[in-house]
Amino acid sequence: MSPVPEVAGGFAGAAVRVATPLLLAATGELIAERAGVINLSIEGAMLCGALGAAIAGVSGGPWLGLFCAMLAGMVLAALFAAVAVGAGADQIISGTAFTLLATGLTGAVYRRVFGSAGSGLSLRTFGAVEMPLLKTIPILGPGLFSQPVVTYLAMLAVPTAWWALYRTRAGLALRATGESTEAAMAAGLPVRTIRTIAVVIGGGMAGLAGGSLVLAQVGTFAEQMTAGRGFIAIAIVVLGGWQPFRVALAALLFGAASALQFVFQSLGLAVPYQLFLMLPYVLTLLALGGMVGRVRAPAGLGK
Amino acid sequence: MTPVVRAAGARQLFTVGVALAAGLVILTAGLGLAGYPPGRSLAALWQGGFGSWYALTSATLLRSVPLITIGLGIALAFRAGALNIGADGQFYAGAIAATAVGLQVGQWPPILAIGVVWTAAAIAGALWVGVAVLLRLRFGVLEVISTLLLNFIALAFVSLMVTGPLQEARHTYPQSDLIAEAARLPVLPGSRLHLGFLASIALALGLWILFSRTTWGFRLLATGASPRAAAIAGGIDTEATIAAALLGSAAIAGFAGGLEVTGVSYALFQNLSPGYGFTGIAVALLARLHPLGVVATGFLFAALEAGAGAMQRDAGVPSVAVYVVEAVVIVVVLLSDAYARRARAAQVMEDPA
Repeated sequence: MSPVPEVAGGFAGAAVRVATPLLLAATGELIAERAGVINLSIEGAMLCGALGAAIAGVSGGPWLGLFCAMLAGMVLAALFAAVAVGAGADQIISGTAFTLLATGLTGAVYRRVFGSAGSGLSLRTFGAVEMPLLKTIPILGPGLFSQPVVTYLAMLAVPTAWWALYRTRAGLALRATGESTEAAMAAGLPVRTIRTIAVVIGGGMAGLAGGSLVLAQVGTFAEQMTAGRGFIAIAIVVLGGWQPFRVALAALLFGAASALQFVFQSLGLAVPYQLFLMLPYVLTLLALGGMVGRVRAPAGLGK
Repeated sequence: MTPVVRAAGARQLFTVGVALAAGLVILTAGLGLAGYPPGRSLAALWQGGFGSWYALTSATLLRSVPLITIGLGIALAFRAGALNIGADGQFYAGAIAATAVGLQVGQWPPILAIGVVWTAAAIAGALWVGVAVLLRLRFGVLEVISTLLLNFIALAFVSLMVTGPLQEARHTYPQSDLIAEAARLPVLPGSRLHLGFLASIALALGLWILFSRTTWGFRLLATGASPRAAAIAGGIDTEATIAAALLGSAAIAGFAGGLEVTGVSYALFQNLSPGYGFTGIAVALLARLHPLGVVATGFLFAALEAGAGAMQRDAGVPSVAVYVVEAVVIVVVLLSDAYARRARAAQVMEDPA
């Protein structure tokens, strides 16, 4: 068997693996931003989700872990919403503060629960679930359709978010709130409630994203393990022009760019690996530069 | 200062004091719940920040240098409404340049060596943000996204440097050799506090004059308050103002990287910044973007972080817990602002005249 299909399959699998938490977090952030709230604390919500998954997953297994990850993300998002939506404080500053809060809290709780060394924490993770038929697609099938269940959840989240945003009354109300607070208020919409719900849903998805890191990838928790993925998700929302399917495409592109390093490694090229670490960010910058004038942010974002 | 400004400053000082108290109360409650001895922990927090001359100078004031400097840079950008959240990347660009130049200046007189190293650091910071400025001016990419992405690229770049061109001669660890003696800053005798502290205070005074006494400072504020109004009514070239603010802001963040290399680490390695760029945003915002306020809040956060180290050593409390205090301080100040704004709005409604 030639190595080409293996490399391509490995590449596709790695791309999807990197993209999964980004896809979940970015779809959640998309919902919050379409309601007019830019939530920088999803980085913190991801961290809370990761720790929630680790604590609950130790004794309760991966499903309970995933559920608690979502809850932990929602709690942090609810706190953020109380300040940024309820009290109407500056969204950027509130988001910064709650990410700081989550960083401190998860680090302290983790060391208290698992000891300061923190070594040896090893969780049962989700195994790969193979999709019958789909996985027999040549080259890409094994990579794309032999993934942990969280990845399929992330794939499902995209059409669900699209349907909810564009095909339901609630979605219409949410988008109206994001376009113009004044108009939405004049139309009798409960602006603060809508925004709070959108932010909490987004926080839950960021929590799932953090949980997927722990329960579907590394199998353990480390302080600040999200390493800025929440912020990347925010960039991906911009790159995807605030549209669910385009956001998914942007997350996949980012995953693919990150996965390129595996391909080059398997080809045995002597290129410093740091260049591949930079690649996804450089490509995202270039892609953002090429999108000018073709996308538009929700008009009421951040107000 | 006019009485009005002084009153506003006093009110802000009071708010921050209340916020700090709230943060410490929450910390104490959390420590109690988690089963740590609250009394001993808080004593250690105080001791580590202010307990001795050495703690004050070599922990708190030393730590305040990067926080104040980066906070000043962020205040400059935010005044113009330019959301530079890439100070960490610019800090690293400055640190790389400072190391690269600092290794070469062994034969120079110290004043010249330090001057050249600092200049290189500031230029590197500005060049790094130049990418974001270019993307904004040519392609309309928002700097809040581009400066963020540039942080990750800078981190990988530092890793590339310390395993490649700038790696120590022994090629053992991922770090650079120590910079030349001539480029190292003098320290206060009996402490680790270096001359860079005075440089950061001087910078704060300089920016204070720039912001409050020059038309350029006014242009910054006008652009930040309302770019449209500034352009139409004020005839201000807002894009040029924002570009200049970003470049200046990044030069200051790069300078902070130069200060850290010439004053503390004397070498380049990964994780030189434990998130100064992020904490710097909090420092600047808490000070309402006022340069002298930045000195105060930078000092406060530095004391908390210095005390946190002692808390971990003496009472076993994870030092990261102090981020919770910082976060609570920010949130309480935010809530107080929001409340004051609403009270004002309500007053206007009742009394339109």
